[in-house]
Amino acid sequence: MADRAMIEIQSVSKYYGIYKALDEVSLSISEGEFFSLLGPSGCGKTTLLRSIAGFETPTEGEILIDGVPSVDLPPNRRPTNMVFQNYAIFPHLDVSENVAYGLKRLRLSAEEERKRVADALDQVRLSGLGKRKAHELSGGQRQRVALARALVMRPKVLLLDEPLSALDKKLREEMQVELRMLQKAVGITFVLVTHDQYEALALSDRIAVMFGGRIAQIATPKEIYQRPRTRKVADFLGGMNFLTAKVLGERDDAVSVDAARFGAVSLDKPQGFAAANGEVTIGIRPERLRLLWDDDRAPHELAGRIENRAYFGEVTHLMIDVEGLEQPLSMVETNNYGADDLPIGAEIRLAYDPDAFVLLAEDEAVRRI
Amino acid sequence: MSLLTRRLAFLPWLPAYVAVYFLFLYLPILLIPIFSFNNAATTTFPLAGFTTKWYGTLAGNGAMLEAARNSFVVGVCVAVLSTTLGICAARAITRYRFRGQKAAAGLIMAPLFLPEIIVAVSLLMIVLALGVQLSLITVILGQTVFCVPYAMSVLVSGFEGFDRSLEEASYDLGETALGTFRRVTLPVVAPAIVSSLLVTFTISLDEFILAFFLSGTEPTLPVYIWGQLRFAAKLPGVLALGTIMIAASILMLTLAEILRRRAENRTRIALT
Repeated sequence: MADRAMIEIQSVSKYYGIYKALDEVSLSISEGEFFSLLGPSGCGKTTLLRSIAGFETPTEGEILIDGVPSVDLPPNRRPTNMVFQNYAIFPHLDVSENVAYGLKRLRLSAEEERKRVADALDQVRLSGLGKRKAHELSGGQRQRVALARALVMRPKVLLLDEPLSALDKKLREEMQVELRMLQKAVGITFVLVTHDQYEALALSDRIAVMFGGRIAQIATPKEIYQRPRTRKVADFLGGMNFLTAKVLGERDDAVSVDAARFGAVSLDKPQGFAAANGEVTIGIRPERLRLLWDDDRAPHELAGRIENRAYFGEVTHLMIDVEGLEQPLSMVETNNYGADDLPIGAEIRLAYDPDAFVLLAEDEAVRRI
Repeated sequence: MSLLTRRLAFLPWLPAYVAVYFLFLYLPILLIPIFSFNNAATTTFPLAGFTTKWYGTLAGNGAMLEAARNSFVVGVCVAVLSTTLGICAARAITRYRFRGQKAAAGLIMAPLFLPEIIVAVSLLMIVLALGVQLSLITVILGQTVFCVPYAMSVLVSGFEGFDRSLEEASYDLGETALGTFRRVTLPVVAPAIVSSLLVTFTISLDEFILAFFLSGTEPTLPVYIWGQLRFAAKLPGVLALGTIMIAASILMLTLAEILRRRAENRTRIALT
C-alpha cells in the first residue's frame, strides 16, 4: 500500500453563522487507506465528510483530493462518491438503473455499461436482483445498492456516512466484515463517518476521534484504544478507570507517579507533557484488571469487595470497591471461571499490570462560538 | 378497539344514520343519470322507458359545444397556471425554512375558506375598475387564485418525502443541476404534478360563481347550464350534460388520488 496522500485537509474551518462546526481541522489520508471519523453527534465528522464530497464549502482552509485543490469544485466534478446514511436510492428506478445512473454521463457503449453494472452488483453480492425496485429491497440490500452505485463510478475515494447505523445489530456486524473485505478487494480509499467505536476499531486502518469540531487524536485502532491521548478519547473508546495521581519524578521519556493504592507507577511521557500543580490523570482499562482465585498469586495485587455486577453473557462486569480509592474500579471478567457466580459483597483479590496504565492529557476546552 | 369505539359500534342507530347520510348525499346526484336516460321531458316517476336521444341532442347543440370548448380552454389554463404556482409554493414550504413560512402557507390556503361569492364580487370590482374587458382570461385568473390552494395541498404531500439526499446523490454521481432536475426531481414528483393538474382542471370545470361573474359573453359549461334551467324543455339535455360532467369529474379525481398516493408511497419508501 502506497503512502501517497489521497486526501489532505489543511486547516479547514466551517462556520454556520457564529457557530464553529469545524475548527482548524488538518489531516492527511493515504491512498488505499480505510480511514474513520469517529465522534459523538455534533462533533463535526459529517460536516467534514460532506466538505470532502463537496456538499459543504469550508469557510477557511483547503482540501486536496489526489493533489487537486478542491474546495471550489462542485460534487459532480470530484473523484469522490458517497454512500448516504439513508442510502438515497432513486425510488423511480430499479436496482440496475440505480447502479447505472452515474455511468449514463460517461457515454459508454451499451455492452460496457452492462458489464460494469453486472460487475458492481456482483461485488456487493446482488447479482440477479437488477430488476428489483427500491421498495422491494431489505435494508441490507438497499445499502448494497448504494455501495454498488458509488463503486461502479470507480472513484478515487469512497465516502460513507454512517452506512450501517440503520441496520440491526446482527446485519450490521455482517456488513462490517463485508465492507472491510470489499475495501481490501477494490483498494479504494474509504472514509467512514461513525459514532460507533467498535465499528471504527474493527474496520479502520486509522481513526480520527473528533470532539467539538476539532480532532482529538489520529491513530491506528490499537493505539487509540490502548494509548488514548486524552481523557475524553479514552472515555469515548470504551470503559476506563480514571485515577488522579501525584507526580513523583520526570525523565526524558517517562513520568513516575504515585497511583494511590496501585503504588508507584512509571508511565510513557507524552509529547508536551505538563502536570498541573503536580497532579495528572491516569487510566487503566477494565479488562486489564484480573480476578485472582484461591491460591493465585500475582506480583501486583489489590484486595476489594464486589459492590455491583452486571451479567453480559460471555462476560461479567464488576464494580470493585477498594479501600483508599475514591471511585470503585470497573473490571470485565470472562465467565469461564465462575465470575458470574460471585455475589455482591464478596471479598476478592485482583491483579494488575503497572505497564497497563496510560497517562492522559487534559482535553482542550471546546469553544464553538 | 377502545372503549369508546366499542360502545359506538353497538349503538343500534349508527348504521341507519350512515345509510341515511349517504342516501341524502348521493341520491340526488344518482337521479341525474337516471333521468338523463328517461324517455320523457319531465323529471317524474314512473320512468317512461330508456333512451339515449338527449345525449344525441347535445352533439347538435352549437351553443353547448361552444361552452364546452370554453370550459376546456379555461380548465387547461387554470390547471397549468395553478399547478405551476403550486409547485413553487410547495417546494418553498417543504424544502426551506424561512421567517413567516407558516403565515405564507396559511395565506395561500385562505381562499379555500373565504366565501366564494365575496371573492367573485371583489374580483369583478377590480376588473371593472381597471377597465379590463370581461373574457375567458378574467375567468382563468379568478379561478387560478382559487385553485392554487388545492394544487398546493396535493403537491405538498407529494414533495414532503422528497429528500434532499436524492438530489445530492445525483450530483455526487456526476450529474449537473439541470440533469438532476430532469432525471431525479421531475420523475419522482411527476405523479403529484399530474394529480394536481387533474384536480385543478376538475375544479375549474365545475366552478360556477367566479365563471358567472367574470365570463362576460363567453359562458363556461356551468354558466351555460344555469342559463338553460329557465327552459323546462331543455332540462333533459342539461341532465345528459350533467351526467357526462359528473362521470368525467369522478374519473379524473380518482386518477388524481391514485397518482397522489403513488407519489407519496414512492418518496416514503425511498427514505425508510
